Amino acid sequence: MRLALMSDIHGNIQALDACLSHARAQKVQRFAFLGDLVGYGANPVEVVERIMLMTEEGATVIQGNHDEMAVKPPANIQHLGSSTADWTHRQLSESQRAWLGALPLSVQLDNILLVHASADGPELWRYIYDERAATASLDASAKWPGVRYVFGGHVHEQSLYYRGSTLGLMKFTPQPGVAVPVPTHRQWLSTVGSVGQPRDGKPEAMYALLDTDRWQLTFHRVAYDHSAAAWAIRAAGLPEFFAERLEKGR
Amino acid sequence: MKLLEPGTALDGFIIEECIHSGGMAHIYQVRYADGSAGPGFPMAMKIPRMTAGDGAENIVSFEVESQIMQVLTGNHVPRFVAVGDLSRVPYLVMEYVNGRTLQHWLDAEMEPSVGEIIHLGVAMAHAVHALHQQNTVHLDLKPANVLIREDGRAVLLDFGLSSHAHYPDLLAEQLRKAVGSPAWIAPEQVVGVRGDPRSDIFAIGVMLYQLCTGELPFGEPQTAAGMRQRLWMDPTPPRKLKPDLPPWLQEVVLRCLEPEAALRYPSGAHLAFDLANPEHIRVTERGNKVTGTKFRVHFKRWIKAAGMHYQPSPLPSQQIDEVPIVMVAVPHNDVTDATLYSLRQAVARSLGTRPGARLACVTVISPSQTSASEESKSESTVHRRYLTSLRQWAQPLDQPGQQTSFHVLESGDVAEALLDYARGNNVSVIVMGAATHGLKTQRFIATVPIKVAMDAPCTIILVKQSVPFQHLGGLSSSSSASGEYSDSASDRDAPF
Repeated sequence: MRLALMSDIHGNIQALDACLSHARAQKVQRFAFLGDLVGYGANPVEVVERIMLMTEEGATVIQGNHDEMAVKPPANIQHLGSSTADWTHRQLSESQRAWLGALPLSVQLDNILLVHASADGPELWRYIYDERAATASLDASAKWPGVRYVFGGHVHEQSLYYRGSTLGLMKFTPQPGVAVPVPTHRQWLSTVGSVGQPRDGKPEAMYALLDTDRWQLTFHRVAYDHSAAAWAIRAAGLPEFFAERLEKGR
Repeated sequence: MKLLEPGTALDGFIIEECIHSGGMAHIYQVRYADGSAGPGFPMAMKIPRMTAGDGAENIVSFEVESQIMQVLTGNHVPRFVAVGDLSRVPYLVMEYVNGRTLQHWLDAEMEPSVGEIIHLGVAMAHAVHALHQQNTVHLDLKPANVLIREDGRAVLLDFGLSSHAHYPDLLAEQLRKAVGSPAWIAPEQVVGVRGDPRSDIFAIGVMLYQLCTGELPFGEPQTAAGMRQRLWMDPTPPRKLKPDLPPWLQEVVLRCLEPEAALRYPSGAHLAFDLANPEHIRVTERGNKVTGTKFRVHFKRWIKAAGMHYQPSPLPSQQIDEVPIVMVAVPHNDVTDATLYSLRQAVARSLGTRPGARLACVTVISPSQTSASEESKSESTVHRRYLTSLRQWAQPLDQPGQQTSFHVLESGDVAEALLDYARGNNVSVIVMGAATHGLKTQRFIATVPIKVAMDAPCTIILVKQSVPFQHLGGLSSSSSASGEYSDSASDRDAPF
């Protein structure tokens, strides 16, 4: 089976559509969305509609911190991350909010665990930027029997954590487009990057594709119309910072 | 796994003779069990020992080799056939390559000639270059892992300790321990750095040292401290052990063995180039010395090495791309000064951004220009004349530290001679004139630049002479008297 792993779409319909058609061209049979469908971007309604439709065809969706915030916007804006939550909340329909609010925090698909942030307390939204946090998440995944792979998003970067010849986890930065062998006899943790808000200096959207027949994981970068996405943010009257960010990938 | 009897069936293969029984694995000749013809070459199956008593490293290195063998291509590695499921029946089937390992070679003939050393060194350097271009560093090169084919080419074996820049390095350790064979391992590997292509250059240096002297430059250390010696210690100069060894060869060997990777050859192609063109090597004190390095110098370096740490290296292919061999095809007659000028400008631009690049100036003459009977047309006289012209042409390009060499090739087929040269030397960029005036006919007749461009193994820059030059008539007429460079209106058919 070829499984597309997409996370942190952040209301960017242009990026989502580009990734979906890229994945379909790669003959992907199944889609998983790893949370943060909304927030920051100008098209939360379209993104949620698109993904709700796909769940009817078997797509898996889990909840991210921005989805939670859009359902229950914080009373006072504490930081940049929550500044668009209220706007997003007002755009979404009652039924869309109900759907987002009911999404699970984690889903197990056979030997694969999907969780937006860390398996070590999914509701705490811990960031996995280093080996220590990755180890905590992978260790916590033992609560789900038979899990060998943990996939998540949240950190907006593509990385693969693996065990070397010693016990500790090591971080690997993948080369886009290269199929990396991830055999089942090892344990793996990966952050698949962000579809709708890349932050590594390149504007191309990110997602990952897992081939469970060969056990190979390929990280992709997909070019999309980021000017259109940025323009939509400006047109919606959202902070300029979020528009610029898409153009710079930062 | 214990030794298998001939005739045993395994996952669709029939085991034949056991051809190697090593500490890590058995290697057998195999054929397909269903009697089908096979891939068109003999096959060998490697099965790791992997019994309860064997260490985990054995299994991991087998996994590493299986992954890397599946993606390597080219004739410097055995071709991949099949891999078994690691958790069920671990095995690796690949091409069985006919030839002798360098170890056999060393055992059989203790004193190879300088010509043979060149030949073996060039073969190894080309092989590692091909590997580095595929973003893989071998990291365990030693005489037992270098196979010399009957046609003289080197094939690299055993990728169990190798590193592929696009895959997670399963052998990397957080504690940074040395992984490799103690006698051939590079200093940076001693402190746990895996992935620098110049580590393989160091290992070739150790093997060249063995070929030259019959001895190992750093012995066979058994301890970590013994291995750290190479971080600061110079080996005994080969010429102290073998006084008749040419200084240029010692220069090459010791440059490969520099403790600091940046002081070694930046790529296999550069090493092969020097070995193939010894007359162009600038011999320094490194090549001439016949006494060992003084204690005082070693002591200073020992202090420095105690705190030595290495930076992670960029992608191997990127690293060797940054130090290309630039080849310029310089026409020797029927060419305007404007073309020669533009050519030189293009070369300067190609070299300018790439410190460490090397320049090879090549001209092709017709075999009919030399004669064995006439003194004035003797090969050496004619070549010398062309070499002088090439040097004059390249003189403005000369930069301190810039390595430039000059070559006169004799051939009736100019395009083929240039292509052969480019392929043989792993040239990264070819610069040549585009023969501006012939563009109309080029749609129908393939001219030399078009032929070269179509078949070039690398990037090619076709240079058009810059237009304003045509208005500077005075310049081009002034040089027409030189004879070699005539002031022709068209350089369309310029024979190089």
